[in-house]
Amino acid sequence: MEHHLVLRVIAKLIIPLILLFALYVQFHGDYGPGGGFQAGVIFASGFILYALIYGIENLRKVVPLRFLRILSALGLMLYIGTGITGLLLGGNFLDYNVLGSDPVAGQHLGILLIELGVGITVASVMLMMFYVFAKP
Amino acid sequence: MTGIFSLVSACLFVTMGAVDVAFTEAAVGAGIATLLFLCTLALTSSEESPAVRHSWVSFFVVFLTGTILIYGTIDIPEFGDGTAPVHQHIAERYIETSQVEIGIPNMVTAVLASYRGYDTLGEVTVIFTAGIGVLILLGRGRREKLVKHDSDQVA
Repeated sequence: MEHHLVLRVIAKLIIPLILLFALYVQFHGDYGPGGGFQAGVIFASGFILYALIYGIENLRKVVPLRFLRILSALGLMLYIGTGITGLLLGGNFLDYNVLGSDPVAGQHLGILLIELGVGITVASVMLMMFYVFAKP
Repeated sequence: MTGIFSLVSACLFVTMGAVDVAFTEAAVGAGIATLLFLCTLALTSSEESPAVRHSWVSFFVVFLTGTILIYGTIDIPEFGDGTAPVHQHIAERYIETSQVEIGIPNMVTAVLASYRGYDTLGEVTVIFTAGIGVLILLGRGRREKLVKHDSDQVA
């Protein structure tokens, strides 16, 4: 991949935009289309594009597999943790009404947190799959 | 081929107004799934390895799971059935009360994350489990090969 100058320059231009768009989809999922799952996949595809252009070894240096393993579990833990926090605050499991000062604020916070958990898990699992599928 | 199909169906979802689904279809189906297919083609050889011994226990487990799943589908209302519970009151309740109860403009997110929180938790768990499964199946063999490779080099 040493000679594809056009690809390298264009990728350098659009990868930050892809990552930014993923964050937008993640945190704007309450108001527009999107959510954790879509954001995670877009985030992962940004990294995968980087790996396709600059080689997977460079990506392994940026995001080690060990880090992804921890991250994928962390996302799930964030989801379950949000549910259990609702349980501890006196509601049901995954009941967000008790998280905030009033039910609507609680719902906002809860949905934001679990979507973040979904996004982290999906992004890291997608990258993890790409790591083990791609030839070293 | 599957990539093109996914892209076309993503466009179809957009025209039908299901933007959230179209998003997923375009990113997963057209992007990552195609890439994984290509990686698999590069990873495997064109010849089939000799058949390994089949385990009757695993066949029994798979058969049992399939039977239970098919048995579960018997209770599902018929396709396009107007008297199904979904069309009777659930959808209307979501449409009417989600703005008051949750206060989020995107109703899809509200339904997925709040009303169907358990479902989404299950989905995330499935994705996580799939990741673990792929790691177990493919990751360990690679590492052993690497270790062997290193010891060869040392020798």
